[in-house]
Amino acid sequence: MVQYTHARLNASFAALSDATRRGVLEQIGRVDASISDLAEQFDMTLTGMKKHVGILEQAGLLTTEKVGRVRTCRLGPRRLEDETAWIERYRRLWDARFDELEKVVGTLKRKEKRNERKDRK
Amino acid sequence: MNARTASEPTPMKNRTTSERKSERELVVTRTINGPARIVFEAWTKPELFKQWWVPKSFGLTLLSCDMDVRPGGKYRLVFKHGGAEPMAFYGRYTDVTPPSRLVWTNEEGGEDGSVTTVTFEEQGDKTLVVLTELYPSKEALDAAIASGSTSGDMSETFEQLEELIATLQ
Repeated sequence: MVQYTHARLNASFAALSDATRRGVLEQIGRVDASISDLAEQFDMTLTGMKKHVGILEQAGLLTTEKVGRVRTCRLGPRRLEDETAWIERYRRLWDARFDELEKVVGTLKRKEKRNERKDRK
Repeated sequence: MNARTASEPTPMKNRTTSERKSERELVVTRTINGPARIVFEAWTKPELFKQWWVPKSFGLTLLSCDMDVRPGGKYRLVFKHGGAEPMAFYGRYTDVTPPSRLVWTNEEGGEDGSVTTVTFEEQGDKTLVVLTELYPSKEALDAAIASGSTSGDMSETFEQLEELIATLQ
């Protein structure tokens, strides 16, 4: 399980080790953009931007879709940073739930003890 | 009677852990102060279950709770969140083994619904609870995660990511 997480982390971090690629993700996190839009925004050749987009796409952080002659980029399915945040939220949900469960269990335990004492009398 | 006696020290903060254990599985663990028998009871008696399943901090109201806890028995929970339409969660119990194991299906998600397995393992006067949500496919779990995270604020996420990357360099 650790290896599984590691492989995913490696692909994502390799993709994210570059400031331009992080910028691209930030940009398409706000609004979908075509590769030529991105190339222009980041002051880069189309070929250079295509390479960055390809790396992000391989890591699953970005997906592209060709509509007509324009290839549009949007955030990909594997948003690992989101997944980590989601699992933390999921943990907090269960933490709150288990805290309440523990209170209920505590009340039942005390009730049982009281009844045991009564029985002994 | 004293609410807390010497044999019942102030409970340590029992940490809840969560992990995506594989492509299809989420696992949550927690140690609860109390015997498995009582933890199981609190999980399977509706009047007790209602007291803890929806903590106030969730901002949800549990409108109804029907549980027929036996193999093949159905359950149905209906929640309300603010002014939104009520949401129903339902399925059936497939394994009910007191006080150590409980398995149920989550059918509101259709074919992509998960199967939840909870095991209760007594350790001294405590019980280790391990809850596993097994999804039918990697895609189903990815979708569950994505649907719960789309409302997130990306700027905060990126800030956290930047920090994380900084520590790795």
